[in-house]
Amino acid sequence: MNTLRTEPITINLGPQHPSTHGVFRLRVTFDGEEIVDLEPVFGYLHRGTEKLAETRNYTQIITLTDRMDYVASMSNNLAYVRTVESLANISVPERAQYIRVICAELQRIASHLMATGFLLNDLGALATPLVYCFREREKILDLFEMLCGARITLSYMRPGGVFQDAPEEFWHALNTTVTDLPHFFDEIESLISTNEIVLARTRGVGILTDEQAIANSVSGPNLRAARVKWDLRKSNTYEVYDRLKFDIPIGHEGDTYDRYLVRILEMRESVKIIAQCVEQIDTGPIRSNTPFFIRPPAGEAYEAIEGPKGELGFYMVSDGGVAPYRCKVRAPSFLNLTPLKEMITGWKMGDLITILGSIDIVLGEVDR
Amino acid sequence: MTKILSTSKIIQTLKQELPGLEISGNESWVTVNANQINKVSRILKNSDGLDFSYLNAITAVDYIEYFQIIYHLTSMRNNYSCVIKVRCDGRTNLELPSVIDVWKGADLQEREIWDLMGIKFSGHPNLKRILLWEGFDGHPLRKDYLG
Repeated sequence: MNTLRTEPITINLGPQHPSTHGVFRLRVTFDGEEIVDLEPVFGYLHRGTEKLAETRNYTQIITLTDRMDYVASMSNNLAYVRTVESLANISVPERAQYIRVICAELQRIASHLMATGFLLNDLGALATPLVYCFREREKILDLFEMLCGARITLSYMRPGGVFQDAPEEFWHALNTTVTDLPHFFDEIESLISTNEIVLARTRGVGILTDEQAIANSVSGPNLRAARVKWDLRKSNTYEVYDRLKFDIPIGHEGDTYDRYLVRILEMRESVKIIAQCVEQIDTGPIRSNTPFFIRPPAGEAYEAIEGPKGELGFYMVSDGGVAPYRCKVRAPSFLNLTPLKEMITGWKMGDLITILGSIDIVLGEVDR
Repeated sequence: MTKILSTSKIIQTLKQELPGLEISGNESWVTVNANQINKVSRILKNSDGLDFSYLNAITAVDYIEYFQIIYHLTSMRNNYSCVIKVRCDGRTNLELPSVIDVWKGADLQEREIWDLMGIKFSGHPNLKRILLWEGFDGHPLRKDYLG
């Protein structure tokens, strides 16, 4: 006997929805409570960054990269200037390399704090953990303000080094922040990592296996949560990462909880990296003699760094002029959305929100 | 440190598996015939000595007389990388075999290239515009597109 019949219903999530973390739209088809189909709709924040870059000189493009992953501008700057340096054979002084690593790791912590805060917000822990995370992120933004006067769109790095040396007060404030952060991680972990509701909502939810992750070009914490020990800071080491000791945390089964935990563990490693940099850094120049108008010889370069969201790469082609002939961005948030359908099909509406939150996307980078 | 796998080894393996393949290369990249990219990618992924299981990025560049599609690949097991290039002549009705059945990560990137560069990928199950809307006129990343 089959008296209760359900038919599929399609619901629009977004583009204006707080839990899509920006202007992202999903067309979700439900059969009863269960998700049977899903179609992401992109492009609401498409600004044509790659086309714009073709009409600007190499120094001006730095400001465009700020606006891609706008919660991790330092990482975008770093990936971009590294590509230009590779294209034009520019060397970087050692002190600048250390400052860059410190900035990149601070930015990783800031980005992961936002990811963790918003994931918990999506889980229904309204505002409290988010505000705690934002309080700590604020301290990092204050540090950036000391470096370059900006807090979000930093444009701090330049081909050949950084824009200016860090002032004296930066180092004092950095020491305080680095000493305080591990206590904050302990605090947030004691609140969340063993919380029964969090465990029930995230354990075993939205599993991404290692084969799926590799086949779908997933990178960053999402890949490592799926037990793949792959981190460009180790496997294709750049700047001064080869002189620093740190571990690559990996997950157990690739579920939402692992993705959360890997980010917390990565932040702890980042604090260790910064402490070592502060110990090793020496005085010296912070920028090699690089002109404002850079004219790289005709050629091409692909450089990638381990950004907070994953492999952030730039592919640039030069024809010898002041502007790049082609500037392509390998955006990790964009590619991490490839397996979204596989991860979400079969789960319910509430799980969709947490799985999407645990992937940690930024729409400025997805749509570019 | 990720090494660039010597292109002579890639060329040798590909020639062995696909006799008659048009192939050339220098020390940084390998250029293959566009029509055979799907077969080539299958060998690159599954052959023991190569094992390129991870597709980093697909890029298209408009060189006016022709388009170039660039595949950046990584073998996570052996920690080396390679760059494969194909060439698409002309400016209209450009078509290339899709590699989505080899690397699923090509899905969104091939849609992006169709959207912004106007190169079709045959065999892609859902080749629609991605960043722009259906009905948009032209492909903005082409050099002759004047916004």
